[in-house]
Amino acid sequence: MWIRMSEETKKIKLKVYRTNYNKEESPHYDEFDVSVKRWTTVLDALLDAKSYSDSSLGIRYSCRMASCGSCGMKINGRPRLACYTKISELNDQTIVCDPLPNFPRIRDLVTDFTEFFAHHKKIEPYIQNERVPIDVVKNDDLVEFKQTPEDVDKYLQFSYCIKCGLCYSACPTVATDTKFPGPQALSQAYRYTADNRDTGEPSRFNIIDERHGIWRCHFAGSCSSVCPKGVDPALGIQLLKGHLIGITKNDKKIATLRSKEE
Amino acid sequence: MGIKPNSENNSSTGGDIRIKSGREGLMGWLNPTRYGWERVSYWLQRLTGVGLLIYFIGHIYETSSLVNGINAWNSMLELTQTTGGHIFLLLVIGASTFHTVNGLRLIFTESGIGIGRPGRPDYPYDATSLNYKQKSGIWVALLLATIAMLYGGMVMFGDVN
Repeated sequence: MWIRMSEETKKIKLKVYRTNYNKEESPHYDEFDVSVKRWTTVLDALLDAKSYSDSSLGIRYSCRMASCGSCGMKINGRPRLACYTKISELNDQTIVCDPLPNFPRIRDLVTDFTEFFAHHKKIEPYIQNERVPIDVVKNDDLVEFKQTPEDVDKYLQFSYCIKCGLCYSACPTVATDTKFPGPQALSQAYRYTADNRDTGEPSRFNIIDERHGIWRCHFAGSCSSVCPKGVDPALGIQLLKGHLIGITKNDKKIATLRSKEE
Repeated sequence: MGIKPNSENNSSTGGDIRIKSGREGLMGWLNPTRYGWERVSYWLQRLTGVGLLIYFIGHIYETSSLVNGINAWNSMLELTQTTGGHIFLLLVIGASTFHTVNGLRLIFTESGIGIGRPGRPDYPYDATSLNYKQKSGIWVALLLATIAMLYGGMVMFGDVN
């Protein structure tokens, strides 16, 4: 059976934050009238304004399907992905788009992620396993680790992170402490702690257990409420704190290697 | 050509592209209603914590007046017997009750207790950690703070002894 989709269009006002520091342009809002349908996303509306009203509008985007994490911005007061936010769900005639808070601004809605990625890299976001024999690594003999589906479930949701930066921009601690790694990096630290292929806990704990580290998180939960992929960074961070103070048991059994012959 | 993040709030040259810090700072705390109950609780916990610290310093100053004799002590006590003094004490009662009860909730949640377990996320991706079990701790803290303030108000302004 075909479902008849509403073709009804309506006009909304798009208010977009504009600035260009290279031209000494002071920050202001430009307004665009855009025709939208029920399924029009904020990114669609912005691209409409860019195509037909002002081609100089600065936006970053790529996949248009909430996979690349490029189009994060503050939409009507909350950090969201523009491609994942339908205008109809905002229930507002005026849509206000600002650059993501807590990120350095480059131009219009485009922000700089250098610092954000530096925090991510600092927590060593890769499998470290000292039990893998050196000759296996050298000869490229390693086939795979043995993991059960239950082992995977312990970290899978945290590996869905697309590094869109929404959690980082919603965090009140990031807003006031430049050295705080932020919810994204800390939840990735938990992701590798929970992964039974990894033995890098001592090294990672040394990085996050410091003055501007994990203890600056006070469970405001804003990171989890804005995450578009269900990563729930607040959950990972609190569980990691439990591990650090020894309340939550870490019963992980390090995965064994499956050789080529097996 | 390159860009360089700048933590200062003034625009500056980083390589070839000028950028400006977008950090919200304390301004980001002004509206705690954007992100749900946990953010409101975070805001109130901070606010009541700072308020109680200021009260604690004032309380030490108040009790230290005893060393200047009974008259100095009595005149200091009279300050709390005014309407303004009663309202101030009501706020202290509310703040200390909320801070204590919500603090207990935070001791558990920040240790990884009562916030759920990781699993496979399904659309619409409701966060496990923002569950009603731990969220109810915020409501209980607010309710107990209100009850304590009501009782305190009845004692100070009414006939209850």
